[in-house]
Amino acid sequence: MLKFTAEHEWLKIENGVATVGITAHAAEQLGDLVFVELPEVGANFSKGDDAATVESVKAASEVYCPLDGEITEVNEAITADPALVNSEPQGAGWFFKLKLANAADADALLDEAAYKELIA
Amino acid sequence: MDDTSALRQTPLHALHLSLGARMVPFAGYDMPVQYPAGVMKEHLHTRACAGLFDVSHMGQVIVRARSGNNTDAALALEKLVPVDVAGLKEDRQRYSLLTDENGTILDDLMIANRGDHFFIVVNAGCKDADFAHLQKNLSDTCDVTMLDDRALVALQGPHAQAVLAELWADVAEMKFMDVREVSLHDVPCLVSRSGYSGEDGFEISIPAADAVDIVNRLLEHPDVMPIGLGARDSLRLEAGLCLYGNDIDTTTSPVEAALEWAIQKVRRNGGARAGGFPGADRILSELENGAARRRVGLRPEGKAPVRAHAKLYADAEGREEIGEVTSGGFGPSVESPVAMGYVPTKISAPGTQVYAEVRGKYLPVTVAALPFITPTYKR
Repeated sequence: MLKFTAEHEWLKIENGVATVGITAHAAEQLGDLVFVELPEVGANFSKGDDAATVESVKAASEVYCPLDGEITEVNEAITADPALVNSEPQGAGWFFKLKLANAADADALLDEAAYKELIA
Repeated sequence: MDDTSALRQTPLHALHLSLGARMVPFAGYDMPVQYPAGVMKEHLHTRACAGLFDVSHMGQVIVRARSGNNTDAALALEKLVPVDVAGLKEDRQRYSLLTDENGTILDDLMIANRGDHFFIVVNAGCKDADFAHLQKNLSDTCDVTMLDDRALVALQGPHAQAVLAELWADVAEMKFMDVREVSLHDVPCLVSRSGYSGEDGFEISIPAADAVDIVNRLLEHPDVMPIGLGARDSLRLEAGLCLYGNDIDTTTSPVEAALEWAIQKVRRNGGARAGGFPGADRILSELENGAARRRVGLRPEGKAPVRAHAKLYADAEGREEIGEVTSGGFGPSVESPVAMGYVPTKISAPGTQVYAEVRGKYLPVTVAALPFITPTYKR
């Protein structure tokens, strides 16, 4: 199941675990990333908490936790090479995996069509 | 900030849009922050080849002595700036500072001796206040005119000379800070060999009506890429150059800002025209005795950029606050974060370790010599 947030994150949800990243639209708006800070594995977040930080040459931006849950894995490849987020935002440039506190919460997120309408 | 209706536009505004620029409000103008290439490529291209910047939002001012004697204009200007204006030779320009009675900085600016007048370029955000300040203080002896009908562009980078040579064969004769009035494709332009990137390059004042034509001719050259304000900022930061409003303002003195080099001997104690500018007591005293704090380069040890307004501490626990970062970001050419800020002079030596607070953490930062890159000015 692929879901999106109005804050330009995508979630690929399998068995109650969401792989989370930022959308191609967000990556393009941010420009070339030079730094990514990821959360600690095991950290618990509520929806809307600052979960990660991305920085371009110009500015720092927060990546919000899209739903309540616990971080089970982070993608160290993007801290080593932040440019991966720009080149493959919805693939190899994923940020973290989130074990959802309530899998049903995802139902309220945007589907791909609704997200595309949002950024149109 | 969606309402851009009140923003002013430069003569190149439509060209920016046609080039696909992302526009942002800056100093009351709708300006390109980046083009489709993006800040990183624009920055690196400027250091490798040549970049073209629209800086038409900056103020272009003429000061002309009513006596007809340019020395009178020079001496009048010296009442407002701590630099040697009367000694500035014809067709030369010099970095300068407008100071206030507190010995702090109202603006930084370029002053060029054009023989029968002085040509001055001031920051966009200060230009109305500067113009009023110049008029108020100079109008008994000088005519002060804001040139509203001219564009200003900067062509910066190691290929800038070769690019400009295609429009003007004799460009190679110019040295750093020379100023010439030249005809570029039959358009009278004022060219100075200067800039704000740390690279060799030129700033070109063009009649507004001809600006698009001249800029298109420069952009036709395969080595030239249009560059937005984003890369302009990262370029100047690597070059250790101050941004007015960030690194210098009415809370900083020239000595605190490490701009002693801008104040020539003739205006210092013992000089033939010592003092006589606003705040001279403090500035002359600090030139001799130093100031309590100093602008320095800062190199974060990790990969996280440390940005403007980050607090600086002497210790890794955030107990003793010692200053603040005034500019900071990622330096694409040095391939690491770079910053500038103010620290107590007693701990301003390069190599000193301090700590910057970023998102609740205290990151080690080393005081570093400025600039971060080696400038390539053609002296």
